[in-house]
Amino acid sequence: MSNEQQAAVSLYKQTLIAGLWRENPVFRLLLGMCPTLAVTAAVKPALTMGLSVIFVLFCSNIVVSLMRNFLKPHLRILMFTLTIAAFVTIADLFLRAFVPRMSETLGPYVPLIIVNCIIICRAEACASKNTLTVSIIDALAMGAGFTLALCVLSAVREILSTGAIWEIPILPAAFVPWAAMRMPVGAFITLGLMLGLVNAATKKRKTK
Amino acid sequence: MNTLNILLMGFISIVIINNMVFTKFLGICPYLGVSGRIDMAFGMGMAVTFVVTLSGTLTWLIDHLILMGTPLEVTRYVCFILVIAGAVQLVEMYLRKFFPTLYESFGIFLPLITTNCAILGLCLFINLWGIENLLEAVVLSFGAGIGFCLAICIMAGIRENLNLADVPDCLKGAPITLITAGLLTLAFMGFAGMIK
Repeated sequence: MSNEQQAAVSLYKQTLIAGLWRENPVFRLLLGMCPTLAVTAAVKPALTMGLSVIFVLFCSNIVVSLMRNFLKPHLRILMFTLTIAAFVTIADLFLRAFVPRMSETLGPYVPLIIVNCIIICRAEACASKNTLTVSIIDALAMGAGFTLALCVLSAVREILSTGAIWEIPILPAAFVPWAAMRMPVGAFITLGLMLGLVNAATKKRKTK
Repeated sequence: MNTLNILLMGFISIVIINNMVFTKFLGICPYLGVSGRIDMAFGMGMAVTFVVTLSGTLTWLIDHLILMGTPLEVTRYVCFILVIAGAVQLVEMYLRKFFPTLYESFGIFLPLITTNCAILGLCLFINLWGIENLLEAVVLSFGAGIGFCLAICIMAGIRENLNLADVPDCLKGAPITLITAGLLTLAFMGFAGMIK
């Protein structure tokens, strides 16, 4: 392998790790908070949301990366938003056609992907400056990081609010469900504590 | 119930009971970002109120007069986001001309109102709830803005005092703000059921 190729591979690896953990959109960058809080009452909608975000992020990063040389600076945010809106419309129609019940549960939070800060942030910070391959890897890594965070959060909330995960009961019947976990309170407090845990974990690793 | 009564109920309901920030999780980003000082939070709240009233009304009009019942309905989200971006641009120009100091202090947050989920969220909710009346749409949009302003100002007040509190190191910053927001939500839940 030549030096150039090696450099490229290490760049890809770094992008991947950054998306999954070092710059995890939810835990480290604090982006895309509104779907994070709103759809994580159970694992299923959270996973659907994560997959839709991966799809939109993937497509918009490709398009933005391809048109990055033609963009006028003052019009770029508008172009990003329009691109994203187009792909979100596709995702929304797809969900409505194939999983109508899930689409109903998610409600307006699917179109709200348009204003999800992660996607604009990645278009601005990565896709508009990098080549196609890097943008694609970045989109997949960031999307996976987001989905992962959503799933962890929703798993905690679903177990505590119903004693089940993926609608399969796992806790004994004697468990008294915490109704509060299903409500907004549970979302805010679980995410707050989880961010605290992540902070504590990274700090410990740094001092070692 | 007469019209005035319905409008009043709708207004109170969207400001307090169905508050965008506390029950729909909309507009969390500026809520965490700007709510450090009360004066800035209030300015931000007012800017959002203006944009949301304007764009809520405009999107209702576009939706009902142009899009509904035609194949163009597919382009709804694209139209909504364009209207919002235009409204934000308008506010930006107005502030830069007449309140330069406020404009300076907003910095990056002003263009970011475009991607404030509260605004697009409200336009979508008005569409979802099937509001049939223009006046109702205007009142709901205005109420949503006031509700956002209320939430962000309460939070800013708490955070000004939180700076003096002894918070565990790993919870400083965003985590403690989220937990505080959770407790505030709990308080606001007390209003649920006030209006049927």
